[in-house]
Amino acid sequence: MARPPVKFFQVGSFAAGNRLLDEEERSVQADHGRSNALTKGHRACQGCGEALGARYVLDAAMRATENRVIAVNATGCLEVFSTPYPESSWQLPWVHSLFGNAPAVASGVAAALKAKGRADVRVIGQGGDGGTLDIGFACLSGMFERGDDVLYVCYDNEAYMNTGVQRSGATPPAARTATTKPVGAEPGNAFGQGKNAPLIAMAHEIPYVATATVAELHDLEAKVERAMELHGPRYLHVLVPCPLGWGSESRDTIRIARLAKETGLFPVFEAEHGEVVSVSKIRRRVAVEEYLRLQRRFAHLFGDPPRTDVIERLQALADRNVRRFGLLEEAEAA
Amino acid sequence: MREQLEGSQAVARAVARCRPEVVSAYPISPQTHIVEALSDMVRTGELAPCEYLLVESEFAAMSAAIGASAAGARAYTATASQGLLYMAEALYNASGLGLPVVMTLANRAIGAPINIWNDHSDAMSQRDSGWIQLYAESNQAAVDLHVQAFKLAEELSLPVMVCMDGFVLTHAVEPLEIPSQEQVDAYLPVYTPRQVLDPEVPVTIGAMVGPEAFTEVRYLAHAKQMQALDLVPELAAEFAASFGRPSGGLLRRYRTEGAETILVALGSVLGTIEDVVDELRDEGERIGALGITCFRPFPLDEIREALTGVTRVVVVERAFAVGIGGIVGQNVRLALAGLPSVVYDVVAGLGGRAITRRSLRNLVEEVQEGRVEPNRLHFLDLDRKLVERELQRLQEKRRSGPHAENILRDVGVVAARSH
Repeated sequence: MARPPVKFFQVGSFAAGNRLLDEEERSVQADHGRSNALTKGHRACQGCGEALGARYVLDAAMRATENRVIAVNATGCLEVFSTPYPESSWQLPWVHSLFGNAPAVASGVAAALKAKGRADVRVIGQGGDGGTLDIGFACLSGMFERGDDVLYVCYDNEAYMNTGVQRSGATPPAARTATTKPVGAEPGNAFGQGKNAPLIAMAHEIPYVATATVAELHDLEAKVERAMELHGPRYLHVLVPCPLGWGSESRDTIRIARLAKETGLFPVFEAEHGEVVSVSKIRRRVAVEEYLRLQRRFAHLFGDPPRTDVIERLQALADRNVRRFGLLEEAEAA
Repeated sequence: MREQLEGSQAVARAVARCRPEVVSAYPISPQTHIVEALSDMVRTGELAPCEYLLVESEFAAMSAAIGASAAGARAYTATASQGLLYMAEALYNASGLGLPVVMTLANRAIGAPINIWNDHSDAMSQRDSGWIQLYAESNQAAVDLHVQAFKLAEELSLPVMVCMDGFVLTHAVEPLEIPSQEQVDAYLPVYTPRQVLDPEVPVTIGAMVGPEAFTEVRYLAHAKQMQALDLVPELAAEFAASFGRPSGGLLRRYRTEGAETILVALGSVLGTIEDVVDELRDEGERIGALGITCFRPFPLDEIREALTGVTRVVVVERAFAVGIGGIVGQNVRLALAGLPSVVYDVVAGLGGRAITRRSLRNLVEEVQEGRVEPNRLHFLDLDRKLVERELQRLQEKRRSGPHAENILRDVGVVAARSH
């Protein structure tokens, strides 16, 4: 079960304020002995959600395994910004092979460790939404169904950011990308397309599936810790806002990630063996408009006249998530 | 021990004696018997420790081998044809990263039209992928080359592809010497990787390299592969000393002394070619054969030496480069640059068509009588009438239909009505 969120009402944030907590409750990142698996000097953009997410995920995994983690990375922003020749930001054993094969490479690493009797060393595969949901999906599904001992983490920023913001199978409806521009009768990405990777992962009935955002880093760390307690295929889907691709302010990354959850657009939950076991309830429900307005990828919805019809459809998607995952406290939902 | 065995079973046993720690497998004919046999050996515990990964594609098969190799395990897989193409991106990655994966390629044609039978189109399509390519002319050679391949791969930290003709070898049953575990253990040392994913000493494998050093990294890929030109003969000599039979090496000369005509080929067709050479030698012809065992790296100097003084070099190959011609032929021509030898490019045995002694004898006769144009692509046993009928249809009718169906109808295989 997920930990109850640590609330800091005085600062209005779930992320800040480690210093207000007891030592043992503080985030891995507050620990002077943290591993800094993804260390400073990398070339991520200011406000990059993926860099933040990856750092928390890997450091939490390192702590959970006494620093015995091997990371397998798909091609993408995370790979490119972390290894500009001749430098590397990785302070753990790390391999990058191709765009679409990270889960299979991770399976191979896990198989090698098993054959060598190194059960103490754990394997994490990681990639963006394009590498995970689109080009790498067959390998991901194969890794799941074989039961390989790999935690795969998808850092979802909802488009192909590394190549210049093109649509992926995780791009939300109506969003502007370089290949779904706000031109023509139906501006932005189409409705009714794309895929829900966490639900598909659950359909494989693997031991653990969880979603998280970079707004609630304690929750993210707790999910990594839970994942590392288990063996077999595990899937963690982390929403990581991308200021460049989303057209948002760098300072708003955490705020936008929180709004994604608080609107219901991005349900945060955990599932074990195909069944949802915990849901992070919405603390203060907000309309999708509040989330959309902070991002220029949705600016075409707020022109003159505004596309209230499209905004209503997006609100309906959020409402459906709220019902489907039970995102509200019962009193509020009634 | 000498045993009556199918080629695939024999190769599987040889591979198992090399103690691979990870085997990834995806079914594709005619390679399947090899990985089926390995599956049995892992399940019964005969091959242990070994993890056997049933992957969802050839792309995943090579990717898993990459991961296993990077984690310091001896990794093996097998494929053929479309499967090799499907893993093409990962092939370049394995060689680019310098990972000593060993793979059996059960040579098969590439579609369209889909065809499961033997030729070398698959291997030739990946000749520049950075993999070392060894070609087996017999099942005994296939067995022995696998043992040498692991040693070669691991010594150079480069992947090696052992090519054996699909069906012709993979499914042929014959008496074979399978090396014993003790022999292989004595020949093949425990794998000590040059780079490994290890939490104690973390390294970054597969970092991005820009214009500032990409050329140098690629130069090293070439320089390392070229080292195989020295290492392959050394390993063959060691093998002969350990196992008591010659096997491997860069080239195989067959009755080339004093030859005016030499047939050059790769793979199992060499058996037929050697029979033809015997027949023609008996009839007084000065003819020989040259088998290329190591095609990548290409042994330019050794081939030049082997063919110097030969009047006619007839390259018989089971693949060709559409739009230009022979692949092996072009490489051989480069080896012979400046020499007066004339090179003939002959494409034969595509998609499983048998290369018969009679056809080869006719070919030699035609070459010697000057009826084959040198430096032009020649198709052995081409049914010219069939081709001309289709070319005619193309001219007569815009919507002439699919070639394969039209031609099969002409041959009488398809009983459909004409359009």
